[in-house]
Amino acid sequence: MPSLFDKIWDAHCIADLGGGTALIAIDRIFLHERTGAAALKSLAEASRAVVDPSRVFAVMDHIVDTRPGRGDGTLMKGGEAFITETRAACHAAGITLFDVNDPNQGITHVISPELGIVLPGLTLIAPDSHTCTQGAFGALAWGIGSSEAEHAMATGTLRVAKPKTMRVTFSGALKKGVTAKDMILRLLADYGAGGGAGHIVEFTGDAVTALDMEARMTLCNMATEFAAFSGIIAPDEKTYAYLKGRRYAPDPLPDWSSLATDPDAVFDHEIAIDASSIKPMVSWGTSPGESVPLSARVPQEANAKALVYMGLESGQSLEGLRIDVAFIGSCTNSRLSDLRRAADLVKGQHVAPGVLALVVPGSSAVKRAAEAEGLDQIFTGAGFQWRESGCSLCFYAGGESFPAGSRVISSTNRNFEGRQGPGIRTHIASPEVVAASALAGRITAP
Amino acid sequence: MMPFTTLTSLTMPLIRDNVDTDAIIPSREMKSTGKTGLADGLFAPWRYLDAAARTPDPDFVLNDPTYSGAQILISGENFGCGSSREHAVWALAEYGFRCVIAESFAPIFRNNCVRNGLLPIGLARAVPDELKSAIITIDLAAQSIQFGEQLLSFEIDEEAKNMLLEGMDAIDLTLKQKDAIQNWQSNDRSNRPWVYL
Repeated sequence: MPSLFDKIWDAHCIADLGGGTALIAIDRIFLHERTGAAALKSLAEASRAVVDPSRVFAVMDHIVDTRPGRGDGTLMKGGEAFITETRAACHAAGITLFDVNDPNQGITHVISPELGIVLPGLTLIAPDSHTCTQGAFGALAWGIGSSEAEHAMATGTLRVAKPKTMRVTFSGALKKGVTAKDMILRLLADYGAGGGAGHIVEFTGDAVTALDMEARMTLCNMATEFAAFSGIIAPDEKTYAYLKGRRYAPDPLPDWSSLATDPDAVFDHEIAIDASSIKPMVSWGTSPGESVPLSARVPQEANAKALVYMGLESGQSLEGLRIDVAFIGSCTNSRLSDLRRAADLVKGQHVAPGVLALVVPGSSAVKRAAEAEGLDQIFTGAGFQWRESGCSLCFYAGGESFPAGSRVISSTNRNFEGRQGPGIRTHIASPEVVAASALAGRITAP
Repeated sequence: MMPFTTLTSLTMPLIRDNVDTDAIIPSREMKSTGKTGLADGLFAPWRYLDAAARTPDPDFVLNDPTYSGAQILISGENFGCGSSREHAVWALAEYGFRCVIAESFAPIFRNNCVRNGLLPIGLARAVPDELKSAIITIDLAAQSIQFGEQLLSFEIDEEAKNMLLEGMDAIDLTLKQKDAIQNWQSNDRSNRPWVYL
């Protein structure tokens, strides 16, 4: 009867608080420098201690500089304080910190799996909306705010309103050149950015099982863009093979085979999508739900505010639209397999004149692995910048941005107004579409 | 945390869907590691023609003197989507808002509201026009909104309602169950020793 989510929920329920809320045990907490210092300082000011610092981790990813030769300094005014204060607060609390130049530094949702910090069946929280990425491992992983991070650190628990359940089944096989990014953009385009409101979304079906772990992370990553509580995928042999031997993963791995939805489980909502019908996608508007197949046109009934901001008109073709910037990076699409696929497309070619192109690896480990394969040479040879790892220009923290009014093709997750800088027009797509568009100087299918 | 019982105030309409937390407070406006000094950056991308010079955009509702002092913000579907930054709630509260009425909320934003004494009212339907620029009275205990002669009821879960009504600190509340937590953990340590590092 129970779904995968129900099993994890029940296993972590310490007390029923009534009215649909429960006290849930939290197994892992991840902080970053953008909000970590605020939460830890606030906790210390209230004379509260972190109950189990051995299960709390922190990393510098959000505003850390990604230009080569970086230190604590950032282009963001006052940015250095976030780094130095988070460092001091982590040291004082006894929290494991992956610091600016630590070999394990990287984006939270890239390094947590790399280090085996997220594991099937765990509850994991972070003051970061993209924590849902880690649901790809069969963990209940979700984003929270600073106050709840403080609560989790001080009590080892969270008070959580039980979400409704939704199953999204992608049946059949993806066509060549179609990726996990296109799957999630298709879901958003069909059901809207509010389509998963408050639900825990289990992704299942042949097309999901067929994805490797990195692609599963891409799929779960944008559950938050669907307004979901989180996303989750049942663990399988691929999950175990990925985790085996990771630094914080148990050895031997425990038996996780019961972590699956029972065949007779009932969900509050079910969505079915034929995977073979999915095409490479791109966003046209200012919400991730405002996405269409690359070959399609801006919808006739398009939101007028979004059209004005994006400088587009209804009925206009997206393919062929001139771009100024191509960005490959973020917790959505910055892992080794993403970089390999993009590198394959740009090998021996060159970015179009006038296009600023960047690759920001998701972690320092991804960067080293890519360099060992010569991917950095392929990218720099094609005219891309090759950066240190971090969240970088996925969002604009007040330091580095793109030239005013730039149109950006981006492998990231949010095309909000101003997300990548004031007036910047962001189109989100897969790394393949970003790479192909960088070469053409226009939005182009790979 | 200041308890929320009843509130009578003018409403300010910001009627659009998917108002994201980058719009409520852009990352670049989060200039310190604290929770204060954020009101000035509230809705900066829409509120200012030039954010650096702080030149107000007269067409944006926050700059309309008609709505000066409004403590209730009215919006559309999926309000507060995007980044989990609690700064969005801190900025709204510091500016003077005590309640947001929207068609629906993004889940993290909604929780952040409750933790900071800001009442999120999700109507689960389009906001009636009469609410969009009116003096209304909200009674949280009664779960009602009164405007003119009309009374509209709203749903809110018990946990959020009690926390807001009492102005309770969630950590203090949870620590009352310290024994239950410790018992659970000692059992769990033997069931799942691999979880503990």
